[in-house]
Amino acid sequence: MWRGSMAKSSSAGLSALGARVWNWCDERLALSSIWAIAEKKTVPLHRHTFWYFWGGISLLLFIVQAITGVLLLIYYRPGPEAYDSVRSITYDIQFGWFVRSLHSWAANLMVFAVFVHMFSVAFMKAYRRPREFGWWTGLALMGLVLVFGFSGYLLPWDELSYFATAVGLEIPRSLPGVGALIANIVQGGPEVSTVTVQRFFALHVFVLPLVFMGILGVHLALIMKHGSAVPPSEEARPERERRSIPFFPNFATQDLVMWLICFNVLCVMAFVFPWQLGKPADPLASAPEGIHPEWYFMSQFQVLKVLGEWIPGYLGEILGIGLFTLGGVLWGLLPLYDNTSQSGVRARHATWLALIALIGLLALTIWGYAGL
Amino acid sequence: MPADLTRRKLIWGGLGAAAAAYAGALGYPVYRYLADPAEEAAELAKVTEMELPEEELPAAGSATILQFGARKAILIRHDDDTMVCFSAVCTHLGCTVAYQADQDRIYCACHGGVYDPRTGQNVSGPPPRPLEEFNVERLDGKVVIRRA
Repeated sequence: MWRGSMAKSSSAGLSALGARVWNWCDERLALSSIWAIAEKKTVPLHRHTFWYFWGGISLLLFIVQAITGVLLLIYYRPGPEAYDSVRSITYDIQFGWFVRSLHSWAANLMVFAVFVHMFSVAFMKAYRRPREFGWWTGLALMGLVLVFGFSGYLLPWDELSYFATAVGLEIPRSLPGVGALIANIVQGGPEVSTVTVQRFFALHVFVLPLVFMGILGVHLALIMKHGSAVPPSEEARPERERRSIPFFPNFATQDLVMWLICFNVLCVMAFVFPWQLGKPADPLASAPEGIHPEWYFMSQFQVLKVLGEWIPGYLGEILGIGLFTLGGVLWGLLPLYDNTSQSGVRARHATWLALIALIGLLALTIWGYAGL
Repeated sequence: MPADLTRRKLIWGGLGAAAAAYAGALGYPVYRYLADPAEEAAELAKVTEMELPEEELPAAGSATILQFGARKAILIRHDDDTMVCFSAVCTHLGCTVAYQADQDRIYCACHGGVYDPRTGQNVSGPPPRPLEEFNVERLDGKVVIRRA
C-alpha cells in the first residue's frame, strides 16, 4: 500500500516520510521551539553593522584552530622529539606544511579578529547594562587567546620559540616573592627545556581548549539572551526609525559569506607565505640578533624595554608590569563606570579611554618594530 | 535546455556544485595528509626481496620474525637445517603467529589456529587459508628471501 503510493508520487511520499521523521525528532528534541526562537532573532541594521561580523570571524578562526590543531596532533610529538616531528610535518608529510601554515596563520588572524571585536564593542559601548558579563567573558577569552598563542609558539621547539618563551617567562619571574616559584613551576625547572614543551603541550591542547569552550559557551549564550547591542548614535533615534534584519536567514547568510571570505584569505596566506621552521632550539646558543616577540606582544615588550632604559633594574620591570595590570583592570571595569545608555560625561570618558588604549597599543607596536 | 529548468533550480544547482568543489578542494589535502603513512607503507610493500646475513639466522630448531617490507615474515630453520619462510600474519584475524618446535607446528595464540611448519598449510582451527610462502635461497654468507 505504502509502496504503491510511493510509486505514484515519489516526491510526495518522500516529503511525507520527511515530515514523519521531523515530527518524531521534534517531539523528543523540541526542535520547533528552537526554530521559533531563531526565527524571531533580529540584528540591528545601521552604518556600523559591519562590526557585528568580527565576533563571528573570531569564532570561525577558533573552529579552524580546533580542526587544524587535531590534524597536527596526529603527527606532533611533544618533548625531546618535538622539533623532529614538526620538521617532518613541515617537510615530509603530504600537505603537512599547509596544515601547519593554516594553524599558524589562523592563530595570528584570530588574535587580530579578537582585538577588532573588542575595540568595536568598546566604541559601540556594547558593554553597558545588561551586557557586562558579555564584556568580561570576552576579556577572559582574549586573555586565553594570548595564552594559546604564547604556549603554541614554543611547541615547534626551534630557536625563536625557545628565546620567545625564555623572555616571556622572565615577566612572571620578576614578580617579587613568588615570581621565581611560579616561573619554575610553569617551565618545569630553572630554565626552558623540553620538559617545558611537554607542559605547554598539555596546556595548549587540553586545559586551554576546555576552559576556552566553557567560557565561549557562556559568551554565546549571553549574546543569544541579550541580542546585538545598538550603538548610542542609534539609540538616540526614535524607535520607528530604527531598522533591523532577521538573524535567520538574512544575517546568517551574510555571516556565512564573511566566513567564506575570511577562510579564503586564510588559505591564500597559508599557501603563499607558508610558515617556516627555524634551526632546532639549542639551550647553549646565544640569542640571535633582533629577536623579538610576536606582534601581539610587541607593545608589552616595548614598554618593558623603554622602562628598562629609563629606570634600570627590577623597578622598571615591575613598573611596566604594574602599568599593564592597571590598564587591564581599568579596561575590565569599563562597564561599571560607563553603565547608562545616556551619552553623559562618563560615556565620553570611556570613549577617550578606548581611544587612548587603541592608539597606545598601535603606537607602542610600531615603535617596537621601528626600534628593532 | 530542459523545459522545467527554472532560474531557481539553476542557481541552487550552481551553488551546490560550487559547495561540492569547495569541499573537495579542502577534503583532498586533508585526505592526503591523513593517508601519508599508509602511502609510505604501500611504497614499502613493493619490497620483494631482503637479505639476511648468516649470523642473524635463527639457530636450528627455532624461528625468527622479520620485517619484510611493510609486513612481517617468519623464518623457520628446521632441525635438518632446511629453511622456510612464510608470512607471519595469521590468515584468520591478523595476529602474528609463533613457531613451536616442540609441537612441530606454527601456532596462532589469538584463536588457536595451527599451520604446518614446512608448507604453511592451515591444519586446524579457524584460519581459512594457508600462510603465504616466500622463497628462501642460501648464498655464501647470507640468505635471500624473495616474494614469488
